[in-house]
This record gives sequence, C-alpha cells and structure tokens, in this order.
Amino acid sequence: MDLIAEGITEAFRLLLKGDREVLRIAFLTLRVSGLATIISAAIGVPLGTALSLWSHRGRRRIAGFVNTGMGLPPVVVGLWVSIFLWRTGPLGFLRLMYTPTAMVIAQTVIALPIVTGFTMAGVGQLDPGIRLQMLSLGASSWQLLRILIREARLSVLAAVMAGFGRVVAEVGASMMVGGNLLGQTRVLTTATSMEVSKGNFGFAIALSIVLVGITYIINASLTRIQQQG
Amino acid sequence: MTARQAIIELKGVKLKRGSRITLDVPDFEICPGENVAVIGANGAGKSTLLQVIACLLHPGEGQVFAGGRHVGKEISAIEARRRMAMVLQRPYLLDATVFDNVAIGLRMRHVPKKEVQVRVDEALALFGIGHLAKRHGRSLSGGESQRVSLARAMVLRPELLLLDEPMSSLDVPTRMALLAELERIIKRTRVTTVFVTHDVTEIPFLADRTVIMAGGKIIADGPVRDVLRQDLRGALSQLAGAANWLLQESGEG
Repeated sequence: MDLIAEGITEAFRLLLKGDREVLRIAFLTLRVSGLATIISAAIGVPLGTALSLWSHRGRRRIAGFVNTGMGLPPVVVGLWVSIFLWRTGPLGFLRLMYTPTAMVIAQTVIALPIVTGFTMAGVGQLDPGIRLQMLSLGASSWQLLRILIREARLSVLAAVMAGFGRVVAEVGASMMVGGNLLGQTRVLTTATSMEVSKGNFGFAIALSIVLVGITYIINASLTRIQQQG
Repeated sequence: MTARQAIIELKGVKLKRGSRITLDVPDFEICPGENVAVIGANGAGKSTLLQVIACLLHPGEGQVFAGGRHVGKEISAIEARRRMAMVLQRPYLLDATVFDNVAIGLRMRHVPKKEVQVRVDEALALFGIGHLAKRHGRSLSGGESQRVSLARAMVLRPELLLLDEPMSSLDVPTRMALLAELERIIKRTRVTTVFVTHDVTEIPFLADRTVIMAGGKIIADGPVRDVLRQDLRGALSQLAGAANWLLQESGEG
C-alpha cells in the first residue's frame, strides 16, 4: 500500500510544480497523436463516406480489408513501419527512423482503418434516399460527400474519437519506430512503461494521470461538439 | 407535339436488371409547358423512367438529350440535373433548419448569399410556410415536410419539375389540400412537370398529358381523356375503378 500512496504523492508533487520533463512528454504525445488523428480523419472520413456509397461488387472485399485493419496490432504496424524506415529499408534515405515523424506515420497507419471503418458504418446507415434527393437537386460528387458527412456527423466524430483513443493509448508502435528517446520521441505511454520497469512508480503514476487527463479533455470537447451538432 | 425544343428527349433507351428489361422507351420527349402524368402499377417502370429523365440513372442503351444536347457527351449529367429539380415520395430533409434545407440547391450552384435569402423567402411564401423557416427540418409534420421539399425544388426555378409520388405518404385531407395548392402553383409559375403516381384520381389536377406504363414500356401517351378511354380495359383497369370517376371529372359523363 505504501507504494501506491508514495506514488500518488510523488505524482501530485510532479504535477503541481509543473515538472518540465512531464510537460514535454505530454506535449509531444499530443502533437504526435493529434497529428496522426488529424491526418487519419482527413483521409479516412472522405474515404469511408465514398466507400459506403460505392455500389461496386469490390466494395465488400475492401470493407473486409478495412475492418481487419481496425484490429491491426500496433506491434505489427511498428514492425512494418520500421522495416520501411530502417536505414537500409526502401524509405531509409528519408532518415525518419526514431523521429516523431516516424511515430506519426505509424499511428496514422493504426488510426486510419478505424476512422475509415466507423465512418463507413455511420454513413452507410443514412437513408439511401438522401443521396438520390441531393443528386437530383444538383449536388456534385464532392458536395454530396460533404452533405452526407454532415448528416452522419455524430458517427463521424465518434470515428475520430475512436481513432484518437487508439493511438494515444498504444505503446508498441511508438516504442519500435520512436525508440523512446529522452526529449525526442518519449511519449506518455512509452515513458510510463519504462518508468514502471525501472520501479519509479511515482513518475509512472504522474504520467498516467496526465495521459488519462488528456484523453478525457479531448474526448469531452469532441463530445460537446457532437452534441451541439 | 410542338416544334419547340424538347427539355428532355429519350431515344432508344433500354435498361436491364440482370436479364430482365426494366425500361424500354424507344422515343419520348417532354416539351416546355407540358404537365405530364405517368401512371402505372408498382414495378411498371415509372420511377425508373423518372430517374432516367432526371439523369440520375444512366441507361445501358440509348441516348438522353437535355435541351437538345446529348447527356454525357455534349452536356454533363450534373449540368443536365441542375436544370431540373425532383420531389420524392418522402421529403428526405436534412438535419438542419427549414431555411437551410430549402437553400441547399442554391448553395450547390454557388448562388450569392443575398439572392439565396430572397429566393428562399419567396419559395417558402409560395407554399405558405414562411413561419417555419427557423424550425428544424425533422420537427415538422408530414404535410409541412412535403411542402418544404416542394419549396426546395421550386426555389431552383427548374425548367422541369419531377414529382415522384409526392403525395403518397400523406393522409387524405393533407393530400387534397396540397394537391390543390400544387395545382395552383404549377398554373401560376407555368413550370413544366412530370408527375409520377399510381393514383389516377390525382391526374386531373396536375396533368394535361398522360403516359401509361406497364412492364417497363409506355403503352399509351396523349391527352388525359384520350388515353383513359383508349385504355379502360387495359392496364388502367388493374389500377382502379377510379378511371370512370376520372372520365366524369374531365367532363365526359
């Protein structure tokens, strides 16, 4: 019990004095996972909407592909992004391995199928009559896409939240492509995992409180937007 | 038919679903000022015909001309669509205010904001729903929703207004009121219309030309009275004994 009490006391001491190390890690976490979520949303929302409209037979195969991607284990993504970015790998010349950019890439690969899949399901639930009606009023393909995304905005925001929740929580891929380098690629999950292995429970608890806090604030704001609609 | 340029012309149009022919229209045109009713039983191809006219459905065979221009070659389907407007059986209002719902087609056409305001107000007034402008589209009654849907189409000042059984989801009193109103508005604005229905009692209000469909084909086409007399024992008789009523109504006792 002492361990927990000490840990929590230490956590509050670090948080209250605004420990620079903790702040830097928190900021990087927001930057990496936020950017990965924004990129995934920018691609995944229109893509999911377009896929839900596509009446071609190939749709089912692609939908199956996307749904498999939704459960992609982060370590698998970490492995493949590492292979590509490795110095001797196909994209090695970019020298991105062990940089925040590499982490953004890996997290985007993880979030994209989630955002796409949930968007596809959400837009797919709209009445097909809406699509016909909007086209008959003169909507272009892009206008139709925008209208449908707006109509399904509750599901679309839920899709984005799910994507963010997944990447902000993952350790495996960030650890592998980022390397958990102090001051460079250390994020809340990789730092927490490392501090626990070192026995620094206080620091780990402080980091975990920040992580949960960030997730709460982001999701609460998105939920607010969602409900104002 | 007049020598005027047809708004829409179908030539050799054939549509198949699998091996079944769902639409087979060798030659069909709609000229400015006409008010055409298309009737037929369920599955006769009425809505399919309307969707081909609306350039929403690309026929596997044949050509569609809008204002004399070949759709897909000389004019894009979207350009052709923007000359028309369609009202469906259900209103499909968006999750937005009545004003925004009616404005949507104008915004798609990038009409300036000020003009949108003026035209939407006009269209709402035309259907007597100005007071609903700020209401949410999904909080309306069936009759109100369908009025919004009509206003949303008429605000575009379409060359051709397509109506796909717009009354069929309304109760009888609402339907009669809206039918009379629509008749008045069509006469006043002189808009060209194609009106699809399976209810022959609606025809005298809204049409001067009647097209009867069965099995994807047009089996009669002409002035209301001629068509109905010619076909009394044919396809129409399955539809309703209302045909007799209709002949009376149109002055033949």
